[in-house]
Amino acid sequence: MTRLRRYALRFIGLGYLGVLLAAPVGLVFQRAFQDGFGAAWDAVTTPAAKHALVVTLIIAAIAVPANTIFGIVCAIAIVRHRFPGKNVVNVIVDLPLALSPIVVGLAFLLLFGTDGWLADLPFDVVFALPGMVLATIFVSLPFVVREVVPVLREIGTEQEQAAATLGAGGWQIFRRVTFPAIRWAVAYGVVLTTARALGEFGAISVVSGRLIGKTESLTLHVEERYQSFDYVGAYAASVLLAMLAIATLVAMTVFRPKEETR
Amino acid sequence: MLAQGLATAYLSLIVLLPLAALVWHAAGGGVDDFRAAVTDPQAVSALRLTLVASVAVALINAVMGTIVAWILVRDRFPGQSIVNVLVDLPFALPTIVAGLTLLTLYGPTSPVNVDVAFSRTAVLLALLFVTLPFVIRTVQPVLLELDREMEEAAASLGAGSFQIFRRIILPNLFPAILSGVALAFARAIGEFGALVLITGNLPFETEVASVYIFGRIESGDPRSAAAVSVVLLLITFLALLLIGALRRRVTRHDAVA
Repeated sequence: MTRLRRYALRFIGLGYLGVLLAAPVGLVFQRAFQDGFGAAWDAVTTPAAKHALVVTLIIAAIAVPANTIFGIVCAIAIVRHRFPGKNVVNVIVDLPLALSPIVVGLAFLLLFGTDGWLADLPFDVVFALPGMVLATIFVSLPFVVREVVPVLREIGTEQEQAAATLGAGGWQIFRRVTFPAIRWAVAYGVVLTTARALGEFGAISVVSGRLIGKTESLTLHVEERYQSFDYVGAYAASVLLAMLAIATLVAMTVFRPKEETR
Repeated sequence: MLAQGLATAYLSLIVLLPLAALVWHAAGGGVDDFRAAVTDPQAVSALRLTLVASVAVALINAVMGTIVAWILVRDRFPGQSIVNVLVDLPFALPTIVAGLTLLTLYGPTSPVNVDVAFSRTAVLLALLFVTLPFVIRTVQPVLLELDREMEEAAASLGAGSFQIFRRIILPNLFPAILSGVALAFARAIGEFGALVLITGNLPFETEVASVYIFGRIESGDPRSAAAVSVVLLLITFLALLLIGALRRRVTRHDAVA
């Protein structure tokens, strides 16, 4: 009876994962390579696809470091300092996790667009790279903060105070004491931030104007290829993104905080 | 001092300023315009579908997520560690790719002849895919920490396994399930990328709030787009406040135990 129940649960759980996750993702790999590896390779090395990959990488290369530095600073502010409005800061940091990316894109469109408060900047933000970078920073903002906050809380302030009594300055304390203690949490947060930045679709779909060969990211390229009935192109670009996702998973397994893997 | 100044400035520039612009534009036409935009039948239908589908998806996650967490912790089978890693795939996979993968298997070109594309089932399917890890990842650590001795004690006192689950295991897992469900709900409310390809975005049928707002932007009507966005923003904000309250309850529970 117990064994029967165990097999039943295993069947339901794994069946659910298989139907919802493994089978669809596996099929996309099969579709991408059904005309041979060469066709898939050709599809991701067209000028538009290569440009889309470069756009995606540029966005991530700016958004990830910006959010990493901010994430560490913000986590320190939340954990180590008391200041008015701290609870509000906490909720605002979480907002990008849940807010629709379309709403995010629209907010930037309205801020920097023709009637916006910041419409008269000397360079284009909307329908150009800066807008896409800003939107990506918005949606990938919470991850480092959320990973670092609990660790910072756990390590306490004793070691930092000891360093201070021994005459260490603020920067020295951070570099020698605080950062070594939080570096794995930072690394895990960076991995999550990178995954989100590479995969963002909705927000940049609104702010980019989807100009092929100009403001088209790899995710936008997948949709554009699909809508143009170039299925091999769409699947090949999807597989490229899926492989980046799998690399992210491997990195997540390496950096996952210890209490979760136990 | 420096830390909170920098953090507040960054948050204000990246998050608050754009959202303030959004609210400003939504209010720009006055109360009547705002009311007209958010009571438009198509907008109401989209908002209602978003809420109903998100609740349904959250409830399905409560059950399926707990089962998956259970077999990952209490069961032993070959390939378990790979399954454990794969569970996070929906977090890492771009949503547009998620939508395309579902459309490939469960759309018009399905090799298994299951075609749910452009139906409300497709909305549920896409939302279930992107919210899959939340309940699993909140329940798993609690299940790992759960003391087996309590269950053994209950069994030695003659409790059946269903009774043990209902009286011992479920009450201990409940806060974690609830917080995972809330996260899944919040995520489902705002989803866009996974839905655009597979739902066909049919007004009154499969169009969720995000897709409706996107449609308003594309048709050059940013004011009603902003108005409905403000409603969605408020719903998200409430969901987050709820999650924060739950999180505080769960941690307090831990501290007492």
